[in-house]
Amino acid sequence: MSRYPLLAVLVSLLAAGAILLSDRRPNVREAWTFVAAAVKFLLVVSMLPTVLAGGVIEATYAELLPGWSLHLRADLFGLIFALLASGLWILTSIYSIGYMRAGHYTHQTGYFASFAVCLSATMGIAFAGNLITFFLFYEMLTLATYPLVVHDRTEEAVAAGRKYLAYTLGAGQLLLLALVAVAVLAPGESFQPGGFLMGKAPLGVLGLVFVLGLIGVGAKAAIMPLHGWLPAAMVAPTPVSALLHAVAVVKAGTFGCLRLVHYVFGVDLLRAMGADTVLAVAAALTILLASVRALGEQNLKRRLAYSTVSQLSYIVLGAALGSTAAVAGAMFHIVAHGFMKITLFFCAGAIYIKTHKLEIPDLAGLGRQMPITFGAFTLGALGLAGTPLCVGFVSKWNLGMGALQSGQAVFLAVFVASGILNFAYFFPIIYTAFFGRPGQAIRFDEANPALWAPLAATAVVSLILGIYPNAGLQFYHLAWTAAESVMAGAGQALAGGGMP
Amino acid sequence: MWENVSGYLNYWLAAVLLLIGLYGMLGQPNLVKKLMAMNILQVAAILFFIALAEKTGATAPIEVKGLHDVGAYVNPLPHALMLTAIVVGVSTTGVALALLIRIHRHFGTLEEPEILERMRL
Amino acid sequence: MTAHLPVLIVVLPLAAAVAVPLVALAFPKAAFAVACLALAAAGVASCAALSHVLAHGTLRYELGGWAPPWGIEYVVDPLSGGMGALITLIAVCVVVYAGPRANGGSAARSGMFHSLFLLLVTGLLGIVLTGDMFNLYVFLEISSLAAYALLASGGIRGTVATFRYLIVGTIAATFYLLGTGYLYALTGTLNMADMAARLTAVVDARAYGVAVVLTVIGLAIKAALFPLHGWLPDAYTYAPAPVTGFIAAVMAKVSAYALFRVLYFVTPAEGASAQALMLLGWVSVIAVLAGSILAMAQQDIRRMLAYSSVGQMGYIVLGFALGTPAALIGALLHLFGHAVMKGCLFLVVGGIQWRTGIYKISDYAGMGRRMPLTMAAFVVAALAMIGLPPTLGFFSKWYLLSGAVEARAWLFVAALVLSSLLGIVYFFRVFEFAYLKTPEAGQGTPPRQELPLHMLAPILVLTAAVLVFGLLNQQVVGGIIRHALPGALAP
Repeated sequence: MSRYPLLAVLVSLLAAGAILLSDRRPNVREAWTFVAAAVKFLLVVSMLPTVLAGGVIEATYAELLPGWSLHLRADLFGLIFALLASGLWILTSIYSIGYMRAGHYTHQTGYFASFAVCLSATMGIAFAGNLITFFLFYEMLTLATYPLVVHDRTEEAVAAGRKYLAYTLGAGQLLLLALVAVAVLAPGESFQPGGFLMGKAPLGVLGLVFVLGLIGVGAKAAIMPLHGWLPAAMVAPTPVSALLHAVAVVKAGTFGCLRLVHYVFGVDLLRAMGADTVLAVAAALTILLASVRALGEQNLKRRLAYSTVSQLSYIVLGAALGSTAAVAGAMFHIVAHGFMKITLFFCAGAIYIKTHKLEIPDLAGLGRQMPITFGAFTLGALGLAGTPLCVGFVSKWNLGMGALQSGQAVFLAVFVASGILNFAYFFPIIYTAFFGRPGQAIRFDEANPALWAPLAATAVVSLILGIYPNAGLQFYHLAWTAAESVMAGAGQALAGGGMP
Repeated sequence: MWENVSGYLNYWLAAVLLLIGLYGMLGQPNLVKKLMAMNILQVAAILFFIALAEKTGATAPIEVKGLHDVGAYVNPLPHALMLTAIVVGVSTTGVALALLIRIHRHFGTLEEPEILERMRL
Repeated sequence: MTAHLPVLIVVLPLAAAVAVPLVALAFPKAAFAVACLALAAAGVASCAALSHVLAHGTLRYELGGWAPPWGIEYVVDPLSGGMGALITLIAVCVVVYAGPRANGGSAARSGMFHSLFLLLVTGLLGIVLTGDMFNLYVFLEISSLAAYALLASGGIRGTVATFRYLIVGTIAATFYLLGTGYLYALTGTLNMADMAARLTAVVDARAYGVAVVLTVIGLAIKAALFPLHGWLPDAYTYAPAPVTGFIAAVMAKVSAYALFRVLYFVTPAEGASAQALMLLGWVSVIAVLAGSILAMAQQDIRRMLAYSSVGQMGYIVLGFALGTPAALIGALLHLFGHAVMKGCLFLVVGGIQWRTGIYKISDYAGMGRRMPLTMAAFVVAALAMIGLPPTLGFFSKWYLLSGAVEARAWLFVAALVLSSLLGIVYFFRVFEFAYLKTPEAGQGTPPRQELPLHMLAPILVLTAAVLVFGLLNQQVVGGIIRHALPGALAP
């Protein structure tokens, strides 16, 4: 059992090798992807009972730096992310194959291999037990995503790739600095609920380290003003935008943000530094500004990208608010946003494959032509806006409660305002699609089933999770338990460490 | 001031040779002259070492019958070292000359500016 | 047998250097085998000596039975033993890469190449193992002379570049020699250990300062530390691939080693050497940045790598200058790591040029498809140069960074980070051409042109080393490098 996290990381890495070797046989190649995805998901799910029972599955391997080994650990929070990413990989694989073949894309071997490496890196991030392991996989994710971003080989794609690297690798260097500082201050510490840096150095020094680390993870989490790469990266094929820019990469950023705030620094230290307010304000501004930017975008994928920027900061804001409900809401929103946003991106991809149109005015009448796709789109959009009975409502409710618990009701207003803005930028799309006047006659014409089946599935799941948040993999329970352990840890750290 | 010069005349000579050598190696446009300057530089180092070995009134370090006082001989070690250094210098000169022959065959000249000009073409 | 190991490491390649041309005359095909065997044997001897030293302490050998401080002494301690193992590792890789038909194909020329190459290895191993200041000079010149001959064998541009290198190299060696002369005049000894003991008494002498300055300048030129790097780019660019691969990997490193040896093991910690180190620190910050910036400006990939070396030598010297245990570990690990990475990169670039005649970055379009394995090796080594985990380059940079943070040298921290970012720029430019650009239309897809096995195998070995030693860096650091630190800092 203690090897399972490592196996979950390695399985898709090995699959990447096998995919490269089956370059000439596309069906064998795709089979490798499915085998790896299934095995990975089963490995992750099989860890769930132990972790739910309060256990931690961990193992350390080669010592990388003095006291810091390659440490893989499946804890409550890590498992949430791992379950989400590995589960959605299966659906995305089906979708990818349909999309790439229907779109007649080239370089598919490299595409699927990079995808597999990305998933390895994501698992590594989810299961990282200490900062060095986290950083290792974090940089690996950056590198593995780069080929996907530049997949089209066009000028625009190459430029987007450069921008992506400039943001993420540049931020990675700052994260590295923060790591070095943590290693000097507290050598060999693993992630701990509630953090471990309290009292290790003067607040000013810790504040600087926090800022460096936050920029490091914030670039992937697309906190403004570090968000520029995300809309640019939308030139990638849509499945890439779906899994990586709605789930794996950006969620790795927010996941890292939560790890940094609650497992390295701790909420009390954050408050002592005054960093919680700064972070919360930055996140709140990002939520609002990105929503406004989304209103102004006429390209569907770019509008979704700005919506992602805005939604990611819900999670960051939840982390910064630092009350149990807020943290639980933030963790659950990783899952909720994952399901909703991947639905929307899948829809965008299906529309693109069918019509080669992504400008919103061009979508007129398409809703009646592709009812499944647009039905799913509507569900996802309603969820993101926080409509009750959708999964987005559950996380937003918790976040709002958390804001009240922390005594910062102003952020509740931010959530409400953002919900309204969400309606404002999704409603025109839905309206145009269903009630707009198309140029030609309408007939039922969905994209092929490999495209619409996954998006229908994610839409249904997001509806089910909205009604029964604990259905299936018990995401809601995981999030709450993880949040409670973080808060308990913070209490202990405060009692044990004392103020510097 | 004057003692600093007269008392250390041999060292000053070495220093002057060193500077001449450096100037020639860096400033001369002709490759053969550079090479000759390199030899001057090496001679400066050799003279410096030999000067280190010197003692007033002492003789060459070859045993003279009946003279057992170590102080009566100059220090033989730097001489031995410099034999090696001379060998090194000769080898370096040999390699350098071989390079120069090759360069001259190809370009027909050993003036550095001309060679650079022709290489740019 | 163990007692003779130190001298065997040097004598084996030296004897082979003499034997190879003779063997080549009689049995042209055997020359390559002799060279390989000799280097492999020297490698085994180095590793045996190193493991003996790690278990039982420093190994000393009195050359010709003359006891030090009068006689010349060879010393294998963890530092020199580790360097010996490194040099022989790269040497074996390169000699296999060069292959039996190295240097133009004919047996005579191939014999010449192998002989010179063995001589070069002898010189470098001698520098590393000797415990005598003057002997170090002699080996410095042996290695330099062999290097001049090898570098000049790459066409007329190479010859001109080599002549310049010869001039500058001789200045460097003469400076070192004069420095040694001063030290000798002050202490009356040439043995490093003996000299170290005697120097403490004369730290205040003006001559001591002169001695340190001359020695440091001499070795800094040899190590191509900016702004004394002028000889390096041309010399690396126009030489044959195996030669550049080897020289770029280890030659400047060995000079950096000599600098470390003199400043940390011979001269006392306070006084002139401390000032010299401080100055070297500032110079190396400039070197790190200037090397990277100049590398970005190059169109010729060989020159790009050469300037990148200038920057990376700055990393190493920066670590020496910081002087904290973490920084020294970082410097030594980077010395090892950069030798492996840069050796790999130059072998790749040389191989590509040998196969396709391409050396301009803009002509690399489609190279990822033409030579997939070779380019994959390039990518791994380049990522290591940038310093991304889990490669060796990341961990050496980690130690350098933490040394700089410990020493609160924020400017150095900034320089290291900035240099990584610049590294990203110039290496990803190559990736973009190799993988994302397609060759000019009309030529069709060029065929797959992978390198022959004897060239590919060393490249892949070095690539694997970049990753394996990265993951196992604690074994290298804890097992060897920590013991190689100067007395006060060693565990």
